[in-house]
Amino acid sequence: MGTPSERQVSRTDLFLAFLKIGMLGFGGVAPWARHVIVQERRWLTDKDYAALLGIGQVLPGPNTMNAAIMIGDRFQGAGGAVLAVLGMMAMPLVILVALASLYAAFAAVPEVRVAIAAAASAAAGLVIGTAVKMAVKLKPTPLALVFGALSFVAIGLLRLPLLPTVLALMALSVLGAAWGRRA
Amino acid sequence: MKDHPLLQIALTFASLSLVSIGGANVVVPEIHRQVVDQFAWMNDTTFANLFAIAQAAPGPNVLLVSLVGWHVAGTAGLAVATIAILLPSGLLAFAVSRLIARWSDTRWIAIAKAGLVPVAVGLILASGVVMARAADHDVLAVAITAATAMFVILSDRNPLWALATATAVGVAAFRLGLSV
Repeated sequence: MGTPSERQVSRTDLFLAFLKIGMLGFGGVAPWARHVIVQERRWLTDKDYAALLGIGQVLPGPNTMNAAIMIGDRFQGAGGAVLAVLGMMAMPLVILVALASLYAAFAAVPEVRVAIAAAASAAAGLVIGTAVKMAVKLKPTPLALVFGALSFVAIGLLRLPLLPTVLALMALSVLGAAWGRRA
Repeated sequence: MKDHPLLQIALTFASLSLVSIGGANVVVPEIHRQVVDQFAWMNDTTFANLFAIAQAAPGPNVLLVSLVGWHVAGTAGLAVATIAILLPSGLLAFAVSRLIARWSDTRWIAIAKAGLVPVAVGLILASGVVMARAADHDVLAVAITAATAMFVILSDRNPLWALATATAVGVAAFRLGLSV
């Protein structure tokens, strides 16, 4: 097995994978993208995927969209990037318009409301579980654990403003990693 | 022409695209201000409904913007709004992707990666906890969140199984009068 970046991923593969990610992406795309790309198809390692998400986070636009563009470009250049975006957006847009059209008719049905609420609770668990699983698989250094925990507390618990906090933490974390590898 | 709704949609969302650092949720208040207060394309209730639908649907949160475009100008509005919010930030991501590819063999990229990864994972955990706080209002909901998290951690199977089970449990509990 070569390193993931040496794998051959065709344009059709890319499009279909992101089509699946978009279709499954209840409660946000990041956990589903990890499931399909890291776990199911093994195109990227957990580390590479998390790094792309991290870069996607500090760029404007949805972080998963930015990651999709970078993944598409990595395997199939500009065409791959376009296909990844189209794949990821296609099904959600169709489902969205269908939902919006039906919303008026079904919003009053209590079972629909309850089902959506339960799905939202499960989606939160999916995101939490994905983060824990990635943290376990990445085998973090003590320093990485500290910065992971700091990021979680700052944004998840203290609700500090996202951009300045994340930029500061990333800068310190990169400096820490550089210092750790010195020698 | 200047007042054409499609042009206004394009300009509004294209200008938001490059400031939406951290994703669409960061600019939701600004979208609300422009869509409801400035252009009066819809009232508060409609905006809240569109937001709920965008959250319930699969896909990235940026879909709220697509839905606003659809509400204002039909299919053309949907297409224009989606392209306007995605294209500027997408081009930037592409440029960054090329830069990274060029420098990928250098030691600095490895170090940057080592530094970015823990922050990215911490942020995923943070967004999960924020979602749980918003969604979980009773014991059953907390149990569903915890059970789904455990399923994902312990099993490599498709998480859709957990979501489908959770939804069925929620509806069953409601039918049996166990939750409101």
